[in-house]
Amino acid sequence: MAQMKYFYELTISSSPHAHSPVTTRTIMRDVLIALTPALVGSIYFFGFRALMVTLVSASACVFFEWIYRKLMKKDSTVYDLSAVVTGVLLAFVCPVTIPYWVIIIGDFFAIIIVKQLFGGIGKNFMNPALAARAFLFSWPVVMSTWVKPGFSNAAGILDTADAVTGATPLAAMHQGSLTGVSVRDLFFGNVGGCIGETSVALLLIGLAYLLVRRVISLRIPVSFVGTVAILTLLFPKGNPPTQWMLAQICSGGVMLGAIFMATDYVTSPVTKLGQVIFGMGCGLITVAIRYMGAYNEGVSYAILVMNACTVLLDKIGRPVKFGAVKKEAAEK
Amino acid sequence: MAFPFFGGVHPKENKWYTSERHVQEFPEPDILVIPMSQHIGAPCKPLVKKGDLVTMGQKIGDNEGLCVPIHASVSGKVKAVEMRPSSGGMTTMSVVIENDHQDTLCPDIRPRSHADVEKMTPAELMAVIREAGVVGMGGATFPTHVKLSSGMGKVDTVIVNASECEPYITADDRLCREYPGELLAGLQVLMKILNLQSATIVMEDNKPEAAKALRRAIDPQTGISLMFLPTKYPQGAEKQLIQAVTGRQVPSGGLPAAVGCAVFNAATCKAVYDAVYIGMPLIRRIVTVSGDITMEPKNLMVPLGTSYNDLLEAVGHSENPYKVLSGGPMMGIAQFDLSVPVTKGTNAVTILGARNRFAVATPHCIRCGKCIDVCPMHLMPLQMYRAERKGSVEDMKKENIMDCMECGCCAYICPATIPLVQSFRTAKQRIRDAAPKAAPGAQK
Repeated sequence: MAQMKYFYELTISSSPHAHSPVTTRTIMRDVLIALTPALVGSIYFFGFRALMVTLVSASACVFFEWIYRKLMKKDSTVYDLSAVVTGVLLAFVCPVTIPYWVIIIGDFFAIIIVKQLFGGIGKNFMNPALAARAFLFSWPVVMSTWVKPGFSNAAGILDTADAVTGATPLAAMHQGSLTGVSVRDLFFGNVGGCIGETSVALLLIGLAYLLVRRVISLRIPVSFVGTVAILTLLFPKGNPPTQWMLAQICSGGVMLGAIFMATDYVTSPVTKLGQVIFGMGCGLITVAIRYMGAYNEGVSYAILVMNACTVLLDKIGRPVKFGAVKKEAAEK
Repeated sequence: MAFPFFGGVHPKENKWYTSERHVQEFPEPDILVIPMSQHIGAPCKPLVKKGDLVTMGQKIGDNEGLCVPIHASVSGKVKAVEMRPSSGGMTTMSVVIENDHQDTLCPDIRPRSHADVEKMTPAELMAVIREAGVVGMGGATFPTHVKLSSGMGKVDTVIVNASECEPYITADDRLCREYPGELLAGLQVLMKILNLQSATIVMEDNKPEAAKALRRAIDPQTGISLMFLPTKYPQGAEKQLIQAVTGRQVPSGGLPAAVGCAVFNAATCKAVYDAVYIGMPLIRRIVTVSGDITMEPKNLMVPLGTSYNDLLEAVGHSENPYKVLSGGPMMGIAQFDLSVPVTKGTNAVTILGARNRFAVATPHCIRCGKCIDVCPMHLMPLQMYRAERKGSVEDMKKENIMDCMECGCCAYICPATIPLVQSFRTAKQRIRDAAPKAAPGAQK
C-alpha cells in the first residue's frame, strides 16, 4: 500500500495505556517493610530463634506456593510476595519456642488448604496465617509455651530445650487481675507472647508506614481497637478501669491483628461502612472471648469469624452511583 | 473548587514534552483521507466523485438528521471515494484527495464583520455553525448546533472546558495561550445564541500561562470568568466538570442540559469563531503529537485527513513505537494501521515506547478496593468485573455497568493490572446485545 510508509509491530489493547506504579508486589513489599520493626524487636526480645522461625516460615510458604502452582500447571504467583507475607505473619502469631516442623505444617495448611485450594491469591475467604494458627492449636502445649523476653538465648536456635517459660499478662488478666501487668512494658514489648505481637510501639511504626504509603486506611484498625477500648472501659474486670482498658488493647494480638491481619484486603470488606462494621465485630468478639471464653486470647478467632462475614458486609455501604439520587427525585 | 468530585487519579502528567511548543503549521501532505463520519450521528454522504476538483473549504459530504457537513481541507483532485481504515478501528467511507498545494479557497468562504455578526439571529448563527461542520472537539464530537438548539431555554450555565486532564496533551493549553481572543469571541457567540450573560472557562491549575493569557484577553464587561480546579484526572469529564463548577449531578443516562448546563471544549469555541467571523469551516485543528519516545514532540495545526504516518514522521521517534494512540494514554484508542487520518475529534496522537507495557497474562484481584476509591461515577469496578466474568447480564445491569464512562481510573490504579475497562466494554456490548431490538428510529 502506498499509504503505508512504515510498518511497526504495534500493540493494541483497550485503554487505559498508563498504569500506576503500585502493584500487588509493591503492596506486599510495603507490608513486609512495615513488619520489619516488629521483627527486629522480636529478635531483641527473644533472640535469633525469632528470626529463624520467621525465615523458615516464609521460605516454607514460598515453597508450597511455588510447588502447588507448578504441579497444577498454573501461573506462578510467587513473585507477588503474598506467600512471604503469610509466612511472616504466621511466624508472628506463634511462640518463639515452636518446633520448626510444627510451623512448616502450619505453612502447608495456610498456603495449600486455606489459600490455593480456594483458587489462590484473592480467592481465600479466611486469613491464611490466622487459619493456620487456629489449626496449630492441635498442638496446644506447643502453641501456648511462652518465654520471658530478655533471655536472649533462652530458646536455642536449633532446639527448644531449656526455655525459661512464664505466664503472659493475658493469662493474669483472664483471671481479672492486673497484678504484675505493666502497661508500659506491654507498650514497649517487654512481655511474653507470640513472636510479633509483643511491642505495640513497633507495630504502630509499621501502621504509620502503611498509612503513609496508603496501603491501608484507618477504618478497620480504629474501629477494631476502639471497640475493644470502649467495651473494656465500660465493663472493667480489674481496677483502675483506664489501666485495665490500656492493658487490654496493648496485650495479646489486638494491635498485630488490627493493623496487619484484619486489614488483609482479600478477607475484609471493600466498602467503607462494611470495613467499619467488620472492625467493630472483630473488637466485640475479641472482648467476648477474652471475658467469657476458656482461652485467654480471642483476636485470631474474632478475625476469622468476621472473615466469614465479609461476603455479607460487602453488600453494606455500597456507594450511590453518580447521578442516581437526582434521577429518582425527578421521577417522583 | 466549591464541589470537588469523588475519586480520580493522578497519572504522571508528562505535559512538559509539548507545553512550551508553539503551534506549528504542518507542511501539507500530498494525500488526504477524509472520512465521511467524524461526528456522533448519521454519517455524511459524499457529494463528490472520483476525478472531481475540490477547493479548500468546499463541502464534500453532508446528510440529514443528526449530522454536520464535512469539507475539503485542501484544494486538489478527488482520487477515490472508498472505504478506508479510520482511527476508531473500523473502515469508513472516505474521500481521498490529492493535494495540489495551491490552497485555492472555496468562493463561498467570506468573512463577516463584527457588526454583521451582531445583526444575526440565534437561528442564523446556528445554521452557520452547522454548515461549518462544527462538533465538540474534546473527543466526543457531538454536533455543536444540536447541543445549542436542544439547550436553548434550558441552559443557565455555560462552561468552557479547558481542563485537559489527559496526560501528554497540551493542544487546548496552547490554544488558550495563542488564540485567547478567538476563543473568547467564539464563546460570546455561543452565549448570544443561548441568551446568557455569563460563562465560566474552567482549567486545571497546572496551566498558569494559559490562564495568564486568557485573563489578559478577557473583557470584564462580557461576563466571562475563569475558574481553576485542582489537577486531577478525569477533571475534564463532562459530568465531573459540571459537578465541580455547579454542584449539580447530571442524572444517570441524562445529558448536561437536564441540569441546565452546556459544556463546550476550548477548541470548539475557536471553531465557532472561525465559522462565524472568518467563514472558514472546520478543516484543521491543533493536534499534540507527543509521547515518551518522540524526538521532537510538537503541537501541530493539522489539516483534517492527514495520516498518522505523516505525524510520526514530523516528530520522529528514538525507538520502535510500542503503541500509537489516538488521544492520550488514559482514554486513547490504540492504532494498528498508521494510515488512519486525523479527524475532528483527534486532539492528540501519543506515541509510547515499550516501557509502557504493564499487562499480565492472568491477573488476580486482591480485593484491595482501590478501584472503588477512584471511580468518579461511584461504582464498584471489582464487582462489575466479577459480574462480567460470571457472564450474567442481570448481574452486569445490577452493578450499573452502563454508567461507566470508561475513564480508566480503576484499571490505572488496579495493583493486579486487571484490564477492567476492557471487561466493562465487553459487558456493555453484551447488555446491548441482550436488549430487545428497538423499533427503527425509536429513542432508547
